[in-house]
Amino acid sequence: MSELRKTSLNALHRRLGAKMVNFGGWDMPVEYPSSGGLIAEHKAVRGSVGVFDVSHMGDIRIHSGKKPGGALAAVQHIAMNDASKLAIGQAQYSAMLYPEGTFVDDVIVHRLGEDDYLLVINAGTREKDTNWVRESTKELDCVVEELSDAYTQLAIQGPRSAEVAQKLTDADLSTIKNYWFTRGTVCGLKNTLIARTGYTGEDGFEIYVPSDVATSERIWNQVMEAGRAFGIVPCGLGARNTLRLESKMALYGHEISEKIIVWEAGLDRYCKMEKGDFMGRAALERAKAAGVTRTLVGIEMIDRGIARDEYCCCNEAGERIGVVTSGSPSPTLGKNIALAYVPPAFSAVGTVLYVEIRGQKYKAQVVATPFYKRPKKAAAPQGA
Amino acid sequence: MAHPKSFRYTKEHEWLDVKGDLATIGITDHAQHELGDVVFVELPKPGAKIETGKSFGTVESVKAVSEIYAPASGEVIEVNSELQNKPETINSDPHGAAWLIKVRLTNAATISDLMDAAAYEAFIAEKGKETSA
Repeated sequence: MSELRKTSLNALHRRLGAKMVNFGGWDMPVEYPSSGGLIAEHKAVRGSVGVFDVSHMGDIRIHSGKKPGGALAAVQHIAMNDASKLAIGQAQYSAMLYPEGTFVDDVIVHRLGEDDYLLVINAGTREKDTNWVRESTKELDCVVEELSDAYTQLAIQGPRSAEVAQKLTDADLSTIKNYWFTRGTVCGLKNTLIARTGYTGEDGFEIYVPSDVATSERIWNQVMEAGRAFGIVPCGLGARNTLRLESKMALYGHEISEKIIVWEAGLDRYCKMEKGDFMGRAALERAKAAGVTRTLVGIEMIDRGIARDEYCCCNEAGERIGVVTSGSPSPTLGKNIALAYVPPAFSAVGTVLYVEIRGQKYKAQVVATPFYKRPKKAAAPQGA
Repeated sequence: MAHPKSFRYTKEHEWLDVKGDLATIGITDHAQHELGDVVFVELPKPGAKIETGKSFGTVESVKAVSEIYAPASGEVIEVNSELQNKPETINSDPHGAAWLIKVRLTNAATISDLMDAAAYEAFIAEKGKETSA
């Protein structure tokens, strides 16, 4: 096995006694017993605030070549949402597609400047994505820069996250809406990117600071200090997964992959067919006419049992009809929930189906998603 | 948490407390720590036969399923039904209140093949070295 990659906070996580796991080739904290473990971390984010090291995420900057407009044309070509709608300082959820209409990866597109974009991509797909962006834009007038290793990315998430983040910066965060970002001085670091984004379904901020160990650890410690009054805890990938699952946010390799098309994943509202041609569009048009054979649904277990990733779904007769893509106990709801691909005939809320667990059928039902929605006060739509 | 000296241990991280031909079986503190928050336990019914090396139940944490392998053969005479409603007891008291099943052993003599507390602690220390290397 090749050596695992490490973020600049790796030594700090180990000093905190985090349980480490291999996540997509990265040695990452899955939970911190010192925070009380996964469920305590999850509840801290839902109830107050938590901080995650998400420096394993990748960053690709696309900016103008010889003439202005080249970067926008490139982003429009490789990603399915409509980046022309973005104001400077705004971000949107989007995805890069293969010509087949299936997923290269999902991304958050940030418009940094007049013709300047930052794509935040997944850790496990960094090289693939970067190669894909370079290859797909080589005929276009733009400059592609991979900046992944330049940044330590911290996610401060939870209903108290704005109060914590505000203590660290001179930028007025009350003016930053969900899926917008700004630049400000953060812990003395000038011109730091602060985005109101996240992967937890809560209000939250992601900050991008230089990735040297000394700076990364200093900022982490200052975030912890700023959050102390709110009971901030370090959170690992375990809580990150249960939080995003409750909020029905897709995870690459699970709900989206090179085998799944946009319509199946239910990400229609982030796919702008009317914006003009883009990679995957023609296939999506054909697929729309043909209709989907499977669709992503949320299910809740009725019988006592936990549906897990890759377990089969079946009908009453025991015939296999689909597959679970992510499944877990939900710490917020106290129920066992899952996302699964099933035929459209099984997708209506209330439909009873079964999950095969260790050779036995366990009853479940289709429920409305997201499983969890944050209280109205701070709620805002995901992306543009 | 210390591993009780009077117990015997397996490489799959179960413990046995043997009195005559009766064995109480649970999972070790090391095992619960590795699993994280336990949320679900599935156990056999009284009267069920368990067989050395075969799975007799599962313990699930939020993120993982772990099979429990029988450290010896025998007949289940009692099951800890409290764990259905309070699976988290496995995290808080793995060597005591969170026992899983009581078994009448087919052959109590086989227990002497299992590790004692000192050997088990040496075993997990060695494993810890491997994974952090």
